[in-house]
Amino acid sequence: MIVHYGYLDASGEYFITVDDSKCSVCIEKGCIKACPKSIFMESENDYGEKVMMVKDEVRKMLKYICAECKPSVNRPPLPCVTACPYDAITHSW
Amino acid sequence: MYFAGLDVGARYTKTLIIDGDARVLSKKMSTSGFDNNIISKNLLNNLCMELGITLEEINKIGVTGCGKKNIDFANYEFSETMVAAKSVFFFNKNVRTIIEVGAEESRVVKLNSDGRIIDSVINEKCAAGTGTFVELMARTLEITLKDFSELSMKSEKKIPMNAHCIVFAESEVVSLIHSGVDKKDIVRAVNDAIASRIASMARRVKVEAEVALIGGLAKNSGFVFSLKNNLELDNIVIPDDPEYMGAFGAALLTREL
Repeated sequence: MIVHYGYLDASGEYFITVDDSKCSVCIEKGCIKACPKSIFMESENDYGEKVMMVKDEVRKMLKYICAECKPSVNRPPLPCVTACPYDAITHSW
Repeated sequence: MYFAGLDVGARYTKTLIIDGDARVLSKKMSTSGFDNNIISKNLLNNLCMELGITLEEINKIGVTGCGKKNIDFANYEFSETMVAAKSVFFFNKNVRTIIEVGAEESRVVKLNSDGRIIDSVINEKCAAGTGTFVELMARTLEITLKDFSELSMKSEKKIPMNAHCIVFAESEVVSLIHSGVDKKDIVRAVNDAIASRIASMARRVKVEAEVALIGGLAKNSGFVFSLKNNLELDNIVIPDDPEYMGAFGAALLTREL
């Protein structure tokens, strides 16, 4: 199951997409520790698989919360994406 | 055997009771109000009275919707995505994409041939592209929701409109009224705007036929027409009671547990 966490508004689309089929096989869930804003948590999805989820309270603010990792020039690799060995995480912006 | 499903939505609470064969015995809805718990219990009690049973005779109760956490008498909680998938697939095994437009959020769920969710996207932040948008516009145009649906189908003119913000859209509608634009053309413009908003979200998960539309907005034939045009679809599957599909899915899942 692919889950898109986030929103679209007048300024654009701000989604963090997690591929649960890849995420569920990862024991470490290194992305949770890698995020400097602690926006991720581990929980069970609808099919009982242990996966990483974006916390409820930040889902409507991703554009602003993730801004720290996304400078407008010379953007470095995103810590959450780098920490994921299964390429389960993508950002839409 | 009786199983109840509750869908505590942002605007309306829908509840129904099914039997062991998944036949809907009774259903009711009411505005969600301030105290979701009391309103849901009253609705369920009314259903029980209609059926001549007591609340205690209901074997299990399942709840979904944005107010599900407020319900203290339910046995199970389900995600809105899961109940949508369950209920729609129960009626039509050919559906691969479900579009749900509720009062304050919209979502798109993609299924595989087994009815398992393979992709899902929700927009719960922006009111543009939701039922609330339609209610506000109907109020601005001083027409009923029923008229909103019918008038749109009479329009043959396309007027581009801001689909990105409910506040700006309202002021745009007021401008169109003052410019003397026909009411039916404004209604169509609103439906087109919402449809384009939903369609752009649906494209994130790559729409695959057959497509089902559920939620209260599925009763707005003007919106359905606009959505079909925008997604270039010949047909959109709409269940008989599209606004009850969440509650039905919750009851179905409860029956299986």
